[in-house]
Amino acid sequence: MSQYILRRLMIAIPSLLGISVVLFVVLALAPGDPFSELATNPNVPPEVQAALRTKFGLDDPIYLRYLHWLAAMAQGDWGFSFVSRINVDTLILQRLPTTLYVIGSAQLLALLIAIPVGVYAATRPYSLFDQLANTFAFIGFSLPTFFTGILFILVFSVKLDWLPFVYTDVPGSGIPWLLEMIRQAIMPVMVLGLFQAASMTRFVRSAMLDVIRLDYVTAARAKGLGQAKVIVKHVMRNAMIPVVTLIALQMPAVFGGAIVTEQIFRIPGIGSLLISSILANDTPVVMAVTFVFACLVVLFNLIADVLYGWLDPRISFR
Amino acid sequence: MVSAVLLLLLIAAVVIGPFIWRVSISDIDVVAGMQGPSVAHPFGTDDLGQDLLARMIYGGRISLAVGLAAMLVSVFVGTLIGALAGMSRGPLGYALMWLTDLFLSLPQLPLLLMLIYLFRDGLKAMFGPEGGIFILIVLVIGGLRWMPVARLVRAQFLSLREKEFVEAARALGASPVRQVVRHILPNALGPVIIAGTIDVAAAIIAESTLSFLGLGFPPDTPTWGRILYDAKDFLDIGPHWALFPGGAIFIAVVAINFIGDGLRDALDARKVI
Amino acid sequence: MFDNNLRGMIDDVRDGRMDRRAFVKRMIAVGLTAPLANQILAIGGVAMAQSPNPYKPTKRGGGGPLKLLWWQGPTLLNPHFATGTKDQDGSRIFYEPLASWDVDGHLNPILAAEIPSIQNGGLAADAKSVVWKLKPGVKWHDGKPFSADDVVFTWEYASDPATAAVSSATYAGMTVEKVDDLAVRIKFKDPTPFWANAFVGAYGCIIPKHLFAEFKGGKSREASTNLKPVGTGPYKFIEFKPGDLIRGEINQDYHMANRPYFDTIEMKGGGDAVSAARAVIQTGEYDFAWNIQVEDEVLLRLEKGGKGKTLYAVGGDIEFIAINFTDPNTEVDGERSSMKTKHPILSDPRVRQALALLVDRESIKKVIYGRAGRATANYLNGPEEFVSKNTKWEFSVEKASALLEEAGWKAGSDGIREKDGKKLKLLYQTSINGPRQKTQAIVKQACQKAGIDVELKSVVASVFFSSDVANPDTYSHFYADIEMFQIPMTQPDPALHMRRYHSRNVATKENKWQGPNFPRWVNKDFDAAVDAADTETDPIKRADLYIKCNDLMWQDTVMIPVMHRLAVEACSNTVRPALSGWANQTDNLQDWYRET
Repeated sequence: MSQYILRRLMIAIPSLLGISVVLFVVLALAPGDPFSELATNPNVPPEVQAALRTKFGLDDPIYLRYLHWLAAMAQGDWGFSFVSRINVDTLILQRLPTTLYVIGSAQLLALLIAIPVGVYAATRPYSLFDQLANTFAFIGFSLPTFFTGILFILVFSVKLDWLPFVYTDVPGSGIPWLLEMIRQAIMPVMVLGLFQAASMTRFVRSAMLDVIRLDYVTAARAKGLGQAKVIVKHVMRNAMIPVVTLIALQMPAVFGGAIVTEQIFRIPGIGSLLISSILANDTPVVMAVTFVFACLVVLFNLIADVLYGWLDPRISFR
Repeated sequence: MVSAVLLLLLIAAVVIGPFIWRVSISDIDVVAGMQGPSVAHPFGTDDLGQDLLARMIYGGRISLAVGLAAMLVSVFVGTLIGALAGMSRGPLGYALMWLTDLFLSLPQLPLLLMLIYLFRDGLKAMFGPEGGIFILIVLVIGGLRWMPVARLVRAQFLSLREKEFVEAARALGASPVRQVVRHILPNALGPVIIAGTIDVAAAIIAESTLSFLGLGFPPDTPTWGRILYDAKDFLDIGPHWALFPGGAIFIAVVAINFIGDGLRDALDARKVI
Repeated sequence: MFDNNLRGMIDDVRDGRMDRRAFVKRMIAVGLTAPLANQILAIGGVAMAQSPNPYKPTKRGGGGPLKLLWWQGPTLLNPHFATGTKDQDGSRIFYEPLASWDVDGHLNPILAAEIPSIQNGGLAADAKSVVWKLKPGVKWHDGKPFSADDVVFTWEYASDPATAAVSSATYAGMTVEKVDDLAVRIKFKDPTPFWANAFVGAYGCIIPKHLFAEFKGGKSREASTNLKPVGTGPYKFIEFKPGDLIRGEINQDYHMANRPYFDTIEMKGGGDAVSAARAVIQTGEYDFAWNIQVEDEVLLRLEKGGKGKTLYAVGGDIEFIAINFTDPNTEVDGERSSMKTKHPILSDPRVRQALALLVDRESIKKVIYGRAGRATANYLNGPEEFVSKNTKWEFSVEKASALLEEAGWKAGSDGIREKDGKKLKLLYQTSINGPRQKTQAIVKQACQKAGIDVELKSVVASVFFSSDVANPDTYSHFYADIEMFQIPMTQPDPALHMRRYHSRNVATKENKWQGPNFPRWVNKDFDAAVDAADTETDPIKRADLYIKCNDLMWQDTVMIPVMHRLAVEACSNTVRPALSGWANQTDNLQDWYRET
């Protein structure tokens, strides 16, 4: 197994290089420029805008720009943001703690809801509980987060006045600080967590149902094993494969952030950095964020593959 | 059964609807803006005074067509790539997984802008403005959502291909294609169907965001996702505006889900040892 | 205009026969704004008065926190790199110019000891030089004294092309020299009637020489002060996270008495305009939110029994539909909308006039802009001195149809007009922005009634306004029949605003579409008027020339003005901000306070 992991990691290097080429080309070909805000300002003639483009190398051929980026990257230099004119790694590190906290909590909430609800619903298919869980799940993924976010704000901030809806740095320390940090994260975590939980519940339920009806489960029951033990030992382990796949797909988002939710609640996460950089065509920032994201995608998919082997020893990797 | 009827009703409503409800989708009547449901406007009006029922019917055609077609694209591509990667034991598997990782890491917004920039005029010339945009939207949404399906299918395949019943089929000399189609695929369909239902909703919503990039239908074309988006800031003034598109997407999702479940039961492939 | 009359009055004021307030009142009566009346007096040799100060607090500080919400957060804090107004607003908390435009539109001294005038010897009669006297005793936040060296350095820094300053054009065509420690002289290459551009307002912020001297030119990006501003402003820097948050604290050594009022300041970024309005007006989480471009109906609803209200500031920002005079569908030498072509439909003035008749400004104002818009027929809407009274607008489908008939466009079987077998079909593009898409829908509907088929197109703003030569979707390529957007006026003077449409500025492939004349309109009389106004030092003749320019554009229907837009802000009921339509929102931050 360790040899397999080693080989996969070796393959990861050229494959990430390949991904970086494609990313760079897409970003370079995508139209627009970082200085569009200047366009209608009568104080700034178009020559200034054009001179800035040239100065930042936006008019160079793509392959040259890529080689510059790669050479700098190899030395640990992430480049600087055209828009803020500061180093990209500083920008990303500023945003990372918030993203990990809010998006991470949301993902955790999604798992904490989806797995028990999905498992319980699958053990009693078409019961009242199952029906309710399914209906909520359908509502959950029919309504986009831009909509539920505003609904939550109207109910919990405007009508009830319980929670703040602008997520910001809370000055201070100690318990009151901690409580405030939790209070302002409640709504975004709920909105995102419930949205994720909705689809995840459906997957867990379906995966459980696929296994639960199998003969060996019936056999285990016939041997007189308790229901709970059957579920946990025999069913869940085999049903975990799709669930592990999904979690591995979701994990990189803990770094990448959630664009819409961050926008609604003004969370200074990586998602909002990414979207504003994309809209401003701030290529160095977009490139850095997406490249780290790509590394995490590759890494977590590798982890998922390793976990498959552990969950079902018959899966062999050569 | 109920669900198939539901979906058919929905489709019938948006296809036949315009012949029965003959109100223009774009007539602006500023004075009659933001009205709740009434006899003249059964679904009420939006802020420009446009009739929401007419817009829901017209938008439903686009949204349902885009949702279903994009879902089929993503499910088909995802299943195909997942199955190939799951069966392959050589470089093909790695190559396909690399492709999946690549698509998962691509930032969608710049990619879309690039696609518009490169292909919009060409497609418009080839298929006409409406047809070209429809094809582009379906391919884009489908093309950006197949990766989870592929990874789910591959994971199922990795596990299933080692199961006794597949080995038995293999020992009996079943060709790989037969192994896949008769034995493995039907057992891997569970997550595919779930992903399909989620994709329908996601595609309907995604379509509305595309028109914000200038990639979707022209900005004055009503679609369910677009109506929902426009309504969000008016949620406390006119909740009816959001209620109808939200409800319609929900009904479509429920209907498609039950059809998916029915499909799987029909293919019933249980009884795996 | 009222040339002689006005000249007489200016003399009266100078000689003390007329009270200056009476003069301003009379000017307002004939349609001028206070700022303009004052500018006229300044050039006419009368010193500017300062507006009565409404600032009430009697001691510095004690006002608690001031919480500002900018739905696009500032991304950098060097005023000379500021790409958008958001960056200017953020920088302005810490940095200050010599003077800024105040609430009433007067030039209000900040770091200047007084506003230059002919009396005090600041202004030269030939409009070729200005002397600014600086306030003594001003200190940078790090305790170092502020002096004329800093002002001269700011000019050197911004005008050096290697610095890549966004403000470079503001400091071009002039030299700045130190007179003594507390005075600088600006020498203009050409007579410059509008002298209050350099060192005034957003791009006028002075930066400390002792911290930036090493970072002029190519190394400009490496200055650590770019991220930790040290200015002279009312608040001192604490923290900055680009695009997210700025925090500052009171400057106890501030150079104006009893100011500032607040102890700390926070500027939070991100989100959207509607929820920003909610946070100020409905929940009161924040004191002030910037640029609330939201449907008036939503705002009115929020304001009912809320904790805040909306405020409006009048400037000269104009939202308009521009008409393409060249053919966007024919390619000549690798360029569409080439100057070698004529628009097949829109080169007929009757069709252009018909289009102008089809813009229902009243409905647009009612459902979209509300209190934030004023219907207008003029391209130039401020300052009042420059606003033409000779134009008018109306909405009439009948008259438009009649004009189209007259032009030979007859209704076809499908209701769309045609002429010589060609359909009357237009492509109408704009940037992606809620109000603009709604305006498009309203205009399109009226056009359909008149038998014009309109195809709508919207482009992402970062593409539409980019200078990307290769991209055909930018406003300056103008590969459409008509297009709509807004051009702001950043100072109370029309020179830059009108010079755009000089025929030498036509956007072409040759100048990489950098020419700002995007409608590609060519008019000899307009060129002559703009050229004359550029060097005209007589303010009255100059104003007449710009009015002529505006009227020529109206007669020729180059632009269809849709809305004269006002700046909209949301503000808590207790905070008293000092806003001006001619300045950035934070330009007079030192005068903000809270009513208790």
